[in-house]
Amino acid sequence: MRWARPDRRAPDFHSLDPRAAPPPVTDSDPLLLDASGVVKNYGAVTALRNASLSVRRGEVHALMGANGAGKSTLVKILTGAIRPTAGHILIRGKESNVHSPAEARRAGLVSVYQEPALIPDLDVADNLRLTQTPVEPFRAWVKELGVDALDLREPARNIPLAVLRVLDLARALAAEPDLLLLDEMTAALPANLAERVLEVVRNQTRSGRSVIFISHRMLEISALCDRATVLRDGATVGVVDMAPGAEEQIVELMLGEKTGRAERRRATRTGEETVVDSGATPRLSARNLRVGTKLRDVSFDLLPGEVLGLVALEGQGQDELFGVLSGSIRPSGGSVAVDGRTARFGHPADAIAEGVVFVPGNRVEALCMQRSVRENIALPFSARIPTWGPIRRRMENGRIDDAIDRLQIDTRAQAEVQRLSGGNQQKVTIARWIATGARAVLCFDPTRGIDVGTKREIYRLLRELAARGTSVLLYTSELDEVHLACDRAVVIFNGRVVDTLSAAEADEPTLVRAAYGLTGTAARPAPDAPAANADPVGPPA
Amino acid sequence: MTATTTAPPALSPGRRFRRFMADYPIVPLIVLLAVLMVVLEIMRPGIVNERWVANTVKFAIPLAILAACQTMTMLTGGIDLSVGTIATMAAFIVATQTPVHGPAIAVMIALVPGVLIGLANGIGAGVFRVHPLIMTLGTSLIGTGALQVYQRTVIATGSEVPDALAWLGTGVTGGFPNALLVFVPLAAVIIYTLRSTGFGRLLYAVGDNEKASRISGVHYWQVIVAVYIVSGVLAGIAGLLYVGLIKAPSLSLAEPLLLPSVAAAVIGGTSIFGGRGGYAGTIVGALILRVLTTLLTILHMPEGLRDVLFGLIILVVTAIYLRITSDT
Repeated sequence: MRWARPDRRAPDFHSLDPRAAPPPVTDSDPLLLDASGVVKNYGAVTALRNASLSVRRGEVHALMGANGAGKSTLVKILTGAIRPTAGHILIRGKESNVHSPAEARRAGLVSVYQEPALIPDLDVADNLRLTQTPVEPFRAWVKELGVDALDLREPARNIPLAVLRVLDLARALAAEPDLLLLDEMTAALPANLAERVLEVVRNQTRSGRSVIFISHRMLEISALCDRATVLRDGATVGVVDMAPGAEEQIVELMLGEKTGRAERRRATRTGEETVVDSGATPRLSARNLRVGTKLRDVSFDLLPGEVLGLVALEGQGQDELFGVLSGSIRPSGGSVAVDGRTARFGHPADAIAEGVVFVPGNRVEALCMQRSVRENIALPFSARIPTWGPIRRRMENGRIDDAIDRLQIDTRAQAEVQRLSGGNQQKVTIARWIATGARAVLCFDPTRGIDVGTKREIYRLLRELAARGTSVLLYTSELDEVHLACDRAVVIFNGRVVDTLSAAEADEPTLVRAAYGLTGTAARPAPDAPAANADPVGPPA
Repeated sequence: MTATTTAPPALSPGRRFRRFMADYPIVPLIVLLAVLMVVLEIMRPGIVNERWVANTVKFAIPLAILAACQTMTMLTGGIDLSVGTIATMAAFIVATQTPVHGPAIAVMIALVPGVLIGLANGIGAGVFRVHPLIMTLGTSLIGTGALQVYQRTVIATGSEVPDALAWLGTGVTGGFPNALLVFVPLAAVIIYTLRSTGFGRLLYAVGDNEKASRISGVHYWQVIVAVYIVSGVLAGIAGLLYVGLIKAPSLSLAEPLLLPSVAAAVIGGTSIFGGRGGYAGTIVGALILRVLTTLLTILHMPEGLRDVLFGLIILVVTAIYLRITSDT
């Protein structure tokens, strides 16, 4: 808890505030922000190796990078939320001493994050008071951004998400920042609001103000931004002037030398190959699934004995898609069919009854941490009321032992799952459904944060499952491994399927281009199920 | 690390001791019980004899049954504060219905409020997600009120504790309290249920991680409704045994047992956060509380000071116990 400082309360001090009287024209330094050599270590882990970012006065500057490249770490450092291990950050040519978001705000740097920042239980007016935002400019901005009829007494929780995002932006604009930082600002907005937002952002620069713009939508970037800084593996790898063709240059930079590596890896695909009969009835098919504004229209077929990769940048609707398919979320539109029959899942139990099971990426969500390995694997055996009686140990033990063997789970610390390593915990979440038996496995980023060896084992296991006729839907954030594990890959962008690729085509550069919405739907009708047949890597076994 | 597997060399002796304690939490409890009895014997030589043991066990049994309600609901991450009221209702109803319908039917009627209150608790906590603390507190008040209304309707009938209940509650045969005839099978069933049935497995699972149990296909509300009904029935049984022991039904007969029943479960190693614990520990916990009561009684202290000491000892014991059995 920080006490409000006198200078934030007394209007007399406002004249000392640099943003009250910005001297943009007379300033000799053309750079508003100049960060260089920024390093951030978390213990032994390096989040940023050597990041730099310079923003000129009056430009919209894109910050680009794949998941995990270090964008959010850099943003947090700029806004004072965390401190860098090393590096220089100059604001208006002077060494920055911003140590908190509030100080950043006073230095003229205001950010709008991906998640709505208004406090749900307070009404809009009280939220404004919290940040000492003047009401009239705020109202003007809200109107300018295309939202009419806003009631300031409305509690924030009753306001729809898209409008909340606009309010966040209006609040930031009302503070008249020299540098506005927008993180995925347009992600939750309908097209008409997004357009207004982009227009307003563009206009900001007329008065010598600057904007740092983070987005996964390449089209917006090229339409809006003047320059783009590209991060890869914690370092700035290039600054690109936006001009026709710059998108390709950005993608090249984001990928780095990986383009060549993918070629070499293709030969090392592990595990068993399967024949996927594309004419067969799909094990699981999704038709025009919708969930709120996140998942807009997704259709695809998961064939028997197939590992189907799902590729998406963060927050493109994949969480909602898995929620619907596993029975945790009810769709607002569209349908799911299992073996050609329409299925309605009101609870995960309904999906499980159809053989559709879910392996969450977050192990804390999937495991009873204080229970033993065996109890965790056996949990589904007792889920239904008729199975609440005496446990059939002999039947269970056989299946559990078999699953533990197949996954080679290290059982030395099996009395409590929380004593296991992350990789072993992940194996337990999969072993559960191997012991119980499943016909379609939905794996949500199962290899996140586990070591390379275990990763390989998990991919091999998924291939093995497919070889035995189980279908696997695999969402993974590791794009360079999609072609190792999958028969086909479906790319989702902004809540829609934008591309379907065979394993042979699904190398990282192609996937990244598709995931950023640069290729796809326009070029190719989706979903194209027969793609699996064209897979030259998998000779019929 | 269980005793049956080879320990990795990295574990220090202290860590290993804690892991052992974490895996066998009953061991330190039994040691504590033994220590308390030795202390008692030293302070008042000769007090620990057959009669004293039988008496302690007799009084510990209703407490241990109520503590079973707490153990099972606490495993799911809940608590049942209505057990005192349910036990009181069962006791009062059986005493007032026996003169009218005879003991057998009176016992059946006496268990009905437990089932109904348990059902209400289960629906409230499991379906409408009211916190069990509030839900069971609410139904407990409703039950108490309903009992007062009921009392007016039976003023004319008088009350009579059935002989069978009195025999079970107070009788001792060959040194063993007769209540063990009910308690031993009941405890065996509870322990078996928790360890070796699908229902028991789910109690731990939903208390440990409701989300994980959900994606495994478990319907949370089914488990919660079932456990609160079971809890209500057990509380009713405890009330029947208790009225057989006290032989004087009143409108607040079993209320004083409510908080000790929670304490017994907590001392017995059941986590109020759910997912960890067991009934064997709870039984020892109930015995420890009874022995502590005796110990404080023979000190001839003023009642207030005795309560202060009682509370302090429970806090200290629980803190030490959690410290030595948590392996993190």
